Amino acid sequence: MDQPIIELTGVVKSFGPVSVLKGVNLKAYAGKVTALVGDNGAGKSTLIKGLAGVQPYDEGEVRFDGEIVHLGTPRDASHLGIEVVYQDLALADNLDIVQNMFLGREETSNGTFDEGLMEREAAETLRGLSVRTVKSVRQKVSSLSGGQRQTVAIARSVLKKARLVILDEPTAALGVAQTEQVLALVTRLAEQGVAVIIISHNLADVFAVADYISVLYLGQMVASVEAKNTTRDDVVGYITGSKTYTGEPA
Amino acid sequence: MSTPNFEPASQSILTTNDLIGSGHEGTVMDQARAWLQRVRGGDMGPLPAIGGFVVLSILFSFLSPFFLTERNFANLITQAATLVMLGMALVFVILLGEIDLSAGVTSGVTMCLFIVLTNVVKMDWILSLVIAFIAGIAIGTFIGFFVARVGIPSFVVTLGLFLGLQGVELVLIGSGGLFRVETPQILAIMNENMPLWAGWVMLAVIALVSIGTTLWDRSRRKRAGVPNRTIALLWIQLAVILVIGGVVIALLSQNRGSALYPVQGVPIVVPFTLAILWAGTFVLDRTKFGRYIYAVGGNAEAARRAGVKVVLIRWVAFIVCSTLAVVSGLFSISKVGSVDASAGRDIVLSGVAAAVVGGVSLFGGRGRLMHAAIGALVIAVITNGLGLLNLPAGANYVVTGSVLILAATVDALSRRRAGGSLVRS
Repeated sequence: MDQPIIELTGVVKSFGPVSVLKGVNLKAYAGKVTALVGDNGAGKSTLIKGLAGVQPYDEGEVRFDGEIVHLGTPRDASHLGIEVVYQDLALADNLDIVQNMFLGREETSNGTFDEGLMEREAAETLRGLSVRTVKSVRQKVSSLSGGQRQTVAIARSVLKKARLVILDEPTAALGVAQTEQVLALVTRLAEQGVAVIIISHNLADVFAVADYISVLYLGQMVASVEAKNTTRDDVVGYITGSKTYTGEPA
Repeated sequence: MSTPNFEPASQSILTTNDLIGSGHEGTVMDQARAWLQRVRGGDMGPLPAIGGFVVLSILFSFLSPFFLTERNFANLITQAATLVMLGMALVFVILLGEIDLSAGVTSGVTMCLFIVLTNVVKMDWILSLVIAFIAGIAIGTFIGFFVARVGIPSFVVTLGLFLGLQGVELVLIGSGGLFRVETPQILAIMNENMPLWAGWVMLAVIALVSIGTTLWDRSRRKRAGVPNRTIALLWIQLAVILVIGGVVIALLSQNRGSALYPVQGVPIVVPFTLAILWAGTFVLDRTKFGRYIYAVGGNAEAARRAGVKVVLIRWVAFIVCSTLAVVSGLFSISKVGSVDASAGRDIVLSGVAAAVVGGVSLFGGRGRLMHAAIGALVIAVITNGLGLLNLPAGANYVVTGSVLILAATVDALSRRRAGGSLVRS
């Protein structure tokens, strides 16, 4: 097996007396989609916030490309190439697609924006992801559909050579056709060599795209399996705690 | 970015360039059609204000024989200048979805300070002006601290200051007191005109700067390999500037005084205002600070997650607003010629009205400085026209207030309509 891009070992996080993560292990590989599933309150969001550097872990080891790193701030995470696409998207409606994709990291020359350069890079990134539903990169985000917004948010995350992209419930608010589009995008993201972690409650989506499935149950990683070696029923069992995974963590 | 991969089917039908446009492609007609579509989608910008300006001007020229005279035209421009300045100041905070109700009294109290320093303390006028600006910056810093840092709604903080600063004005001037402006340089801003040739030079500079920036943009886009808009738009842009600017300057070049004491030329306040308009627009359109103002106004959380220092942006925006308010105060005392203890008390809502009438959204994130300037001209036409009709002063307040509410309604409705168009899915 290749070396994982990110490897968490024994990660612990508590909020006061409440311990949310009780020694969690997680791996994500380049070019592979790892699904992170678990019921509400299992600790998925806390695990992700730690990776994003928003809420650093209390204990545990984080290895990036095999080297121990500290994710203390969002800046640490983005410096390594870890990008998070949040559930509520975090796009500014009044800005256009290019402006949103480059928000916070605009290209400048002589102190002012190089709009041409940004426009080209944005269009290239969207093309690289085979996005065909967007008419113009200068469209205001307010005029986009939910699926198109999700597309822009994901394209934003890979704009600057991301190594690990974390998608928080990317299909939660989408219709059937748009869900298909976004899942296809997730697959292409992985094909480009990015490690993808996807959080989802929808097991059909998970089995459609994931190479690995990791199941959190009450702050513990109860199963890490290859998607092709497991079934939907098994995963539901792990999520609800009615079944115990006995194999080796994949 | 690794190499793009395409699905064979799509590649065989379309080349990649056909897939995603930039809105810059097409003929003048295509551009016009796209613009019309944006307007229909609720993105009307200053169109209602321009329409209002034209309609009101025609209306008043029928109602009053004085409205369409050269003298009144020049008068209108100087009357509008104070409001243009205040409206532009307010744009910086309105874009954030905030408000500065104290901007008017900020302009007033800093001018009270200025006049006390020059007339009572007998300080040099330049030094006094610098101190007035420092006071303005201090007020903006104060507001910014409570709004951006402490998290109090700007409405409350600035309403508090609206009252508090009026108290400071009373302390500085004394109740019922009034000081005459004795600095000729200050009085000159509104009351002196440029020589005739300077007006035409100004127009040439405006045209050159405008065309120059467009050409600069085009060359940068070309270097990046993205399409440029058709060159015909450049000529249209130039023609619009030359025609409108030419008419305005030709009118201002007429003698509007008497044969014995000729008064002609562009008022000195005009190049000052245009320079600030240009600089502010440059900052808002082309620098990170400007872009982040729009981003914070559109979605503060998105901006924060993108690494924008939201607190700092908000804070600085309030400082910019207060600083430009000082300029507006300066214009005001130059026009009025005196400062009393109620300076700047009545103007702030007109300033907000100017911005909103011009198409700056009170919900934040949408609008430009130019919009506030156009809106201010509309408000000034109303004030000027009603004044010529000898209507009671109350009518002016009622009409201006009604226009503000009307404009805010248009804003709210167009916001509801925004989105929906341009979607292809």
